[in-house]
Amino acid sequence: MEHRSSIDINTEWDIVAARQLGRNEAKSTGFGTVDQARITTAISELARTIYLYAGKGRIEIQSITVGQRVGLVIIASDEGPGIADLQKVMTDGYTTSGGLGAGMPGVKRLMDDFRIETEVGVGTTITATKWLH
Amino acid sequence: MPQEAGKQYKQMLENYLHSKGEEDLYLGQQFSRSFIEKNIAPEDVISIHKNSIEELIEDLPADVGVSFDFLIEMMIHYGLALKEHQSLIRKQESIQMEMDIAVRVQNTLLQTTTPEVIGLDVGWISKPAKQMNGDYVYFLNETSNEVCLAVADIIGKGMSAAMHMSMVKFGMDSLRYEQRSPSEVLSFINNMIEKSISDSMFISMFYGKYDTDTSTFRYASAGHEPALLYRAAEKKFLLLESKGLLLGVQEGAKYEERIVRLEEGDFIAVMTDGVTETRTEKGFIELDILEKLLHDVKCEKAQTMVDFIFNQLSKMQDYVLHDDFTLVILKKVN
Repeated sequence: MEHRSSIDINTEWDIVAARQLGRNEAKSTGFGTVDQARITTAISELARTIYLYAGKGRIEIQSITVGQRVGLVIIASDEGPGIADLQKVMTDGYTTSGGLGAGMPGVKRLMDDFRIETEVGVGTTITATKWLH
Repeated sequence: MPQEAGKQYKQMLENYLHSKGEEDLYLGQQFSRSFIEKNIAPEDVISIHKNSIEELIEDLPADVGVSFDFLIEMMIHYGLALKEHQSLIRKQESIQMEMDIAVRVQNTLLQTTTPEVIGLDVGWISKPAKQMNGDYVYFLNETSNEVCLAVADIIGKGMSAAMHMSMVKFGMDSLRYEQRSPSEVLSFINNMIEKSISDSMFISMFYGKYDTDTSTFRYASAGHEPALLYRAAEKKFLLLESKGLLLGVQEGAKYEERIVRLEEGDFIAVMTDGVTETRTEKGFIELDILEKLLHDVKCEKAQTMVDFIFNQLSKMQDYVLHDDFTLVILKKVN
């Protein structure tokens, strides 16, 4: 049983809508308050990165069941400039949004699985999953 | 695991609500360590608190509970910052390990043997300000009546200085079996490194050659700190200066060569600016302080002299070296 919904990110207000959608999905998937907040923060960071660096893009939220495991997948995609130096972006201490502990390493920590595909001039797709324990 | 911690937390909170005493706060403080040890994030702690307080106080106003949800949201980033901090500390530890290896490699690569020849007492010390040494002392003596000494200082400290120093060493090694004069050695090294170092990197170097048969010391300097010569008969110090550009500045640079003869009890002190630029509260030390210290121990063994000078000067700057410190003493003995 799969359920997916998405929000287009064009303005800063869309970040709030994406957060709201994520929190609702997390809640209905069965995540507790703290994990809801973690998932929402991850969505917030991803949406903000799209808004700041790609201008526009999309956040998709999908609840999934794999065998016995239930989880929530966030897919953040844009057709922005892409990331030239992935290693740098994934390094602690280097953050595009200028906040402590934030940025892509932060999203990776908040979620269980994290995958990033990017091509310069084409865009970026980040897929992050949180499993219900 | 968090459930167990949650249970204990609730019990401790309940105790405190009754006692409001310092003892329970102290227990709480001790307990917080176990939260950190078990890697329980700040937001989880708030969540544990929220659950505990809702169970302990039946008629807790709903908004108070909701306010903790707000606090959980606030704490997520603190949790991330903490995790990032922990990962940076681990990274720092691994960099430190690499550094320790680099220091060991440098020590092996740049090691030198104090020469033992009749009629000359040699003592030296070279201490880095940071982990890697940008100063370098190298002795070459292929014959029993000759001691060659190189003292170099890279403008700059640390890792890059150390890496460049190996170049100087291998340059000198390649001249090992050739009878070159000090000025020729400096010209050769200058031409060699001029091609391979960046524009912002300079090396100063003093090169001297002592001949035990004639008791003469020939020397040349590439923009290096002047050496001091102590004349025992006159109880006076002279500066051993010699014209020459820093290494790496200009290809084909020429180096002036000079010669002095040593009498018994005379000694030469070759140093880097880490010695002369010893910083006290009043500023750099004056050369006469160094001369006075040297004079005080002029009858000691050369090694005792350099150790004494190092201890005295490092004491003057509260045992914190601001620059790499190198001092070599060559003393003519009977």
